[in-house]
Amino acid sequence: MTNMIGKPVKRVEDKRFISGKGRYTDDIVLPGMLHAHIIRSHYAHAKILGIDTDQAEKMEGVVAIFTGKDIAEAGINGVPCGWQVDFKNGETMKEPPHPLLVAAKARYMGDAVAVVIAESKALAKDAAEMVMVDYEPLDAIVDAAMAVEDGAPLVHEDIPGNMAFDWELGDREKTNQTMAKAHHTTTLEFVNQRLIPNAIEPRCAIGDYDSTNDKYTLYTSSQNPHLIRLLMCAFVLGIPEHKVRVVSPDVGGGFGSKIFHYTEEALMTWCSKQLGKPIKWTAERSESFMTDCHGRDHVTKAQMGFDENGKIIGLRVKTFANLGAYLSTFAPCVPTYLHGTLLQGLYTTTAIHVDVTGVFTHTTPVDAYRGAGRPEATYLLERLIDKAALEMKVDPAALRFKNFIPPFDGINEPGFQTEVALQYDSGNYAPVLKRAMEMVDYEALREEQASGRNNGKLIGIGISTYIEACGIAPSAVVGSLGARAGLYESAQVRVQPTGKVSVYVGSHAHGQGHETTFAQIVADKFGIAMEDVEIVHGDSESVAFGMGTYGSRSLAVGGSAIMKGIEKVLEKGAKIAAHKLEASENDLEFAEGKWTVKGTDKSISFGDVALTAYVPHNYPEGLEPGMDFASFYDPANFTYPFGAHIAVVEVDKETGKVDLKRFIACDDVGNVINPMIVDGQIHGGVAQGIGQALFEGAIYDESGQLVNGSYMDYTMPRADDLPLFETDRTVTPCPHNPLGVKGAGEAGTIGSAPAVVNAVMDALAPFGIKDLEMPLTPEKVWNAIHNNQ
Amino acid sequence: MIPNKFDYQKATTVEEAIEYLVEYGDEAKLLAGGHSLLPAMKLRLNNPVKLVDINRIPGLKYIREENAMLCLGAATTHYDIESSELVKSKIPMLCQVAASIGDLQVRNMGTIGGSLAHADPAADWPAGMLATEAIIVIQGPEGTKNVPAKDFFMGLYTTALAENEIITEIRIPIPEGNIGTAYAKCVQPASRFALVGCATIISKNNGLCDRVKLAFTGVSVNAFCDEAVEHALTGHAPDVDNITIAAEKAAINVDVLSDHFASENYRRHLAKVYAKKALMEAANNL
Ligand SMILES: Cc1cc2nc3c(=O)[nH]c(=O)nc-3n(C[C@H](O)[C@H](O)[C@H](O)COP(=O)(O)OP(=O)(O)OC[C@H]3O[C@@H](n4cnc5c(N)ncnc54)[C@H](O)[C@@H]3O)c2cc1C
Repeated sequence: MTNMIGKPVKRVEDKRFISGKGRYTDDIVLPGMLHAHIIRSHYAHAKILGIDTDQAEKMEGVVAIFTGKDIAEAGINGVPCGWQVDFKNGETMKEPPHPLLVAAKARYMGDAVAVVIAESKALAKDAAEMVMVDYEPLDAIVDAAMAVEDGAPLVHEDIPGNMAFDWELGDREKTNQTMAKAHHTTTLEFVNQRLIPNAIEPRCAIGDYDSTNDKYTLYTSSQNPHLIRLLMCAFVLGIPEHKVRVVSPDVGGGFGSKIFHYTEEALMTWCSKQLGKPIKWTAERSESFMTDCHGRDHVTKAQMGFDENGKIIGLRVKTFANLGAYLSTFAPCVPTYLHGTLLQGLYTTTAIHVDVTGVFTHTTPVDAYRGAGRPEATYLLERLIDKAALEMKVDPAALRFKNFIPPFDGINEPGFQTEVALQYDSGNYAPVLKRAMEMVDYEALREEQASGRNNGKLIGIGISTYIEACGIAPSAVVGSLGARAGLYESAQVRVQPTGKVSVYVGSHAHGQGHETTFAQIVADKFGIAMEDVEIVHGDSESVAFGMGTYGSRSLAVGGSAIMKGIEKVLEKGAKIAAHKLEASENDLEFAEGKWTVKGTDKSISFGDVALTAYVPHNYPEGLEPGMDFASFYDPANFTYPFGAHIAVVEVDKETGKVDLKRFIACDDVGNVINPMIVDGQIHGGVAQGIGQALFEGAIYDESGQLVNGSYMDYTMPRADDLPLFETDRTVTPCPHNPLGVKGAGEAGTIGSAPAVVNAVMDALAPFGIKDLEMPLTPEKVWNAIHNNQ
Repeated sequence: MIPNKFDYQKATTVEEAIEYLVEYGDEAKLLAGGHSLLPAMKLRLNNPVKLVDINRIPGLKYIREENAMLCLGAATTHYDIESSELVKSKIPMLCQVAASIGDLQVRNMGTIGGSLAHADPAADWPAGMLATEAIIVIQGPEGTKNVPAKDFFMGLYTTALAENEIITEIRIPIPEGNIGTAYAKCVQPASRFALVGCATIISKNNGLCDRVKLAFTGVSVNAFCDEAVEHALTGHAPDVDNITIAAEKAAINVDVLSDHFASENYRRHLAKVYAKKALMEAANNL
């Protein structure tokens, strides 16, 4: 069907999801399958003096118990880190081993100590209770800024100061000089708090070793099956890649937390080989809270300098990034290349310097969580500029307009070179903010706010504008920045003899609706029905290769790979059509699913051409039969979506409760394939950003205990906490990919949190309150009002 | 999230249920809605060997009026109470309490008897029971006893209920005269239990409050009637000024809970705010 691009087609995958027919890893039951329960340290830091498994081993139905000692004796490596960020002085990043099971020491609450494998899940759990681990608890450190201080407990004995790396970007000298000249300087010190991702499907892994063929299958709830295979084979277990199949079937949410290679994946694979049987491990909810990689957790001090005209001239940032106890797959890249590089924002700032120290603590490893680094950067910039507006007594919108980078389309005008390494592809920033202000009726709202204040009503209006780098990522660029992988994407477009199309994609859908969006593109380009297109993902045996889904990359990078395949099909199809129509290729046009000889009614359909390719009786000489093209696409640049969000809140003075009245999002994600899916992505993202602003945050006590590791204690945003979101878009196409798309998966999360916080600060301005830290819980807000009344 | 191994037993009469309790002692647990018990079992905080299901016992689910009392069978669900016309016409605050619990699924399973027996410090029912001066009817091997709500709640998850006893009924005196009732709840944002829940009944005679009952849940280790507030308003007109003064007395002489949602100081403040909210609403309902 032509003209499918841009249509709000209902998601084809939803039928199985909403009727309970999704097939998740835990739904897989293999013959003879055993079940694993992992024994985890309930101390954040403890020596393991001994493990007594005698009683548990004797229990009926218990098949095996492995401890850290077994893993060490088997010579198994830990899970690797996929990104290297070195010290400023050239010293290599400190990369401590992250063993599948720890033998000597537990380094965070949840660190895996032993695994019990039994005939049922219940038996495994019962037996685990009989395993006696003798711990000697040690002092723990949970705060990143404190962990680098002298005398802080060490997470790894051989890593002084708990420092994994320290890193800088931008011109320090120039920034210092510029800041010294600033007419006004605004300073902000804050914690961008640690979040727990909370995918509703807990992680799950099934290892299945087939001794007959000496082959392994790993089923895992992952966003990234091919990368898991690569990392597990090459770095952990030393198994040749062609011996391993990794399958990630339906995945119930990831938000980043399922990108990484987790110890349990390799552990199940290894155990399955030892026992010759498939073994399943599914996280319990409390395990998810403790062991799914957390997000954010930056301790930052930032200063923004303005000249006498209110133009931002300099930005200086120092961040301590909490990495947790071990380096997760992408951990070093998040606070550096996904954070420092975004500090230009939408503004013409001329001098920027950012300094980041990556720090180990006795906490759950921290890695990418929806937005990854970019929400932290946006929060920093947008809080600073709002605080500056308050201090300089100017309207926060006006201050932003004054500082926006002028429009550039990346074709006629070059991309914008930032002070922090990136080159923006295309941008036109003022219209998104103008539109958002129009939607909220900014002027009228300011009046309402003013009259409300006279009646004791605390109304606040908060603006945030953002830019993000997504469409991750050009391989050569990320390679030069420390990535140990390329970040291209693959797609195979296979036209079946009957003209139906199967597309094998290396990106992985876990809520994004790829089965719909990708099928729309293929149906549109081939002029066939969407039902005639199948999108296949998540299985290393059918999909050639892939780098998975994260960093809002699937459409910009994966979709572009599909486009390459589509072009190859149409190119070959034109040759076949020309032959069959006895015309020159140049005289053909392809539209509405058929090749027509221009100016005639002679035509041949896509289906007939496909059939001819597979039944090549009357066929162009020298042309290969078949219609099946694998393509890899490596993007020329990141893509740079942007947008403006506005939150309107009312604060209850008596209780400190923040009532989010309205939320407006005007985003520019480039061209849009399915507006309904993009809206959905924005809505979900905005909800998560609001979650960070008002509700969420992991709390560790001094001894490293996770205090709120359950839904009784960790506040997730719920539907009734949220207003109906008002969304709109502008369209600034990406100049460097065939669809002109930029990505929409993280935008909502990146823009929303600072808008909400700015709104609350705006509401509290009459009390002289300038800054509060997320989450803005009622008590925090009430205390601030109470202490400033 | 897998409980320990247990046996499941369906009881058909209250007497049969009690027999199991006597036989198995602290290894047995009654199963009502299961909405407090099962989560605790899954976390292995509670490990009964014998689960005695009381849901099928005939005559434990009812709402009726008897001798100026509202009588609720112990296995009556929150939803049945919330939607009862009888309750609404007599003590509407009880419908509010019920409706404030969890979500519809929870209210369709959870029971008032289960909630009272469980005595979670943040549960909603205890405040409603204290404010209405309910009587908890308890049956055990030695027969039946009536325990006034004020003697029932004894501490954190602790009640006057013995191991081998079962709550069979809740009897609530129907207040007479010109009464106003209300339940004001500040939810704990994660669990949506009560951070502070305040239930009140006031009655007005000749323009003055002649009776004030006001009880809190969530504020302290167990629900309690706040006599300081009650006294402060009794004998006064239920207007904003008097209510504000009375509400200021809330939670003064009690040990107040503290957690990451609300420190002692803030919780005490919330108690005052919600006492005022509840009293104002009750006054409006007179
Ligand atoms: C998601 C969720 C949200 C919730 N939100 C709220 C809320 O906002 N406010 C609130 O107050 N509660 C809330 N609850 C708890 C809910 O109200 C429970 O239903 C209630 O606390 C227990 O009632 P039950 O019938 O489920 O009891 P069960 O869980 O079956 O039993 C609880 C305990 O009481 C004992 N018991 C049960 N019946 C009797 C009886 N007749 N005699 C003696 N002992 C008995 C059991 O042996 C057990 O020890 C929530 C629960 C869930 C799961």
